Amino acid sequence: MVELWNDYLWPLIWIVIKILVIVVPVLIAVAYLTYAERKVIGAMHRRKGPNVVGPFGLLQPFADGAKLFLKETVIPSSANRAIFLVAPMLTFFLALIAWAVIPFGEGLVLADINVGVLYLFAISSLGVYGILMAGWASNSKYAFLGSLRSAAQMVSYEVSMGFVIITVLLCVGSLNLTDIVEAQRGMWFVIPLLPMAVVFFISTLAETNRHPFDLPEAEAELVAGYNVEYSAMTFALFFLGEYANMILMCGMTTILFLGGWLPPFDIAPFNWLPGPVWFIIKICALLFIYIWVRAAFPRYRYDQLMRLGWKVFLPISLIAVVVVSGFLVAFDMVPAAG
Amino acid sequence: MIETLVFYMFAIICVASGVLVVTARNPVNSVLFLILAFFNAGGLFVLAGAEFIAMLLIIVYVGAVAVLFMFVVMMLDVTVTELKQGFTKYLPIGLLVTVIFAVEVLGATVAWHMAPEAAANIQAATPAADAVSNTSALGKIIYTNYAYLFQAAGLVLLVAMIGAIVLTHRKRRDSKKQVIAKQLARKASEAVELKKVETGRGI
Amino acid sequence: MSYIDRHIRAFLLTELLQGMWKVFTYMFKPCVTLNYPYEKGPLSPRFRGEHALRRYPNGEERCIACKLCEAVCPAQAITIEAEPRDDNSRRTTRYDIDMTKCIFCGFCEEACPVDAIVEGPNFEYATETREELMYDKQKLLDNGARWELEIAERLRQDAPYR
Repeated sequence: MVELWNDYLWPLIWIVIKILVIVVPVLIAVAYLTYAERKVIGAMHRRKGPNVVGPFGLLQPFADGAKLFLKETVIPSSANRAIFLVAPMLTFFLALIAWAVIPFGEGLVLADINVGVLYLFAISSLGVYGILMAGWASNSKYAFLGSLRSAAQMVSYEVSMGFVIITVLLCVGSLNLTDIVEAQRGMWFVIPLLPMAVVFFISTLAETNRHPFDLPEAEAELVAGYNVEYSAMTFALFFLGEYANMILMCGMTTILFLGGWLPPFDIAPFNWLPGPVWFIIKICALLFIYIWVRAAFPRYRYDQLMRLGWKVFLPISLIAVVVVSGFLVAFDMVPAAG
Repeated sequence: MIETLVFYMFAIICVASGVLVVTARNPVNSVLFLILAFFNAGGLFVLAGAEFIAMLLIIVYVGAVAVLFMFVVMMLDVTVTELKQGFTKYLPIGLLVTVIFAVEVLGATVAWHMAPEAAANIQAATPAADAVSNTSALGKIIYTNYAYLFQAAGLVLLVAMIGAIVLTHRKRRDSKKQVIAKQLARKASEAVELKKVETGRGI
Repeated sequence: MSYIDRHIRAFLLTELLQGMWKVFTYMFKPCVTLNYPYEKGPLSPRFRGEHALRRYPNGEERCIACKLCEAVCPAQAITIEAEPRDDNSRRTTRYDIDMTKCIFCGFCEEACPVDAIVEGPNFEYATETREELMYDKQKLLDNGARWELEIAERLRQDAPYR
């Protein structure tokens, strides 16, 4: 009995606790990201944003959540029920499992696997299925068009994202996320690889279907795109998944380019703050830019979006791979393989 | 023990979804089961300690190839009854092909013999599993011993890609295209003129 | 030279950054929100809101069942039935307005020879059911009683332009 407890049950419970410690703050962060988005965009539009529920409207996300969870889930009569219901769950689930490999601080990571970058990349490329399934199963033309756009868009931008990741990996010599952060101890990669950081950031905007690349849900033409038939709980799951993905992508950008949990300078006032706090500050700054971009720019037309992905970002990132590897070889700076 | 359980879970789901790919009535369901099969195969690779290949399998096959599959299948309006119409008509030919194939496979298995140098390759000294990650091990093999083959494979894919584009791309003469470089080249000073118009006068 | 200049500008994303900076400065400008349920914007005296049937100061209904409003209503939202009353004056027995049909054009108000049907200043009459939006004569008369002060003032202000 004791053996069973020590060998199987306790590790299991311990893992569940660790998972909850990551997932619950992520979900709360998602709730307040929606609040922050509404407040910041409100300020940029010279509006007030939510200000009625609670002081400064701080309880608004929970009011919205309660509303969505209590409403009736409507399933369209001609929808494919099983796929229709699986799609939002898949989106939500994928947005959460990616957090398993994110290092919040030195050694503060649930699973320190040695292909962490590839894992993140794989999970983010799977995200397209939730949207495709939702669009098809809804049996509605708007949802279908939205999901087709989304799928093509995500597949296109993944290509250049992949090449940008390769340039970073060339400088690190390891696929492990902790190693990538440690390699930036001297200098964050955003400085030598600034163009790549910009390309990566813009690609993550497209990958998460955010403005100005939010064609999958372009309200003006597609009503709400792939989630037009979703209501209540199922819609909430899509929404949570999408915003969790946004935070995840900001985390990924932070790890790849902004030195993860490392302070900007390793001197007195900066290294007083613990690593995870730096990590969260950087993610918040990137999320602010996400919201800022949303307030500032109009939506791309679909062919412009494809042009940007295939004719601008792909050549730039391909050239960057060649230039960076050439530079590393020429100056004998190739890192040892991990 | 847990590893064995997980292995059987992945294996059973993988095989079952493989069967369902063939038997599912709805082609979209077939593709979804195919994806599930890929995904579980990835899990099996992870269990075998080949996490790099597992991730590549998921990124390339699930994340890109199967998405395009699904793209096409979703657009098609396939009805299963129509597909089943010619079933009895084509049954003899189908059976013939199956028999030929089965005989060939059986023959190949019976006449199987290992390449003589394979035994030596297996015996060759390898570093301990924890000394070198399988990513760098793969890289070391692909970019040294098999560099030419690897490049040739890449070339084949490139030719296929160019071929597909050349065959399907058509230029339409009557469509107007946006030239973004031209638009970017315009400056406000060239395009807009500010004039002070007196009230009631017109320009 | 302009060629180089242009490409430098394109690659440094100067135009995008200018736009973003403009938006950022707007973040610190005072907001122009009307805090709606607590603050409200001004209404023109010609604002066309919820309908009301008015009475004369002595309490007599103004409506004489001429049915001009019913005839002119482009959405056919008004239904009127009339019968002589005991004192032989022509009065409506039924005056219904289907508020779900009404397009708030104000033609009924224009058509009315006795200023009986008017569109008042009230626009906050949302209901939970459709049925509540099928107004009958009693509801319209009640509206008239409730909003008479405002309606009279609006009519007075707008009178010079009629």
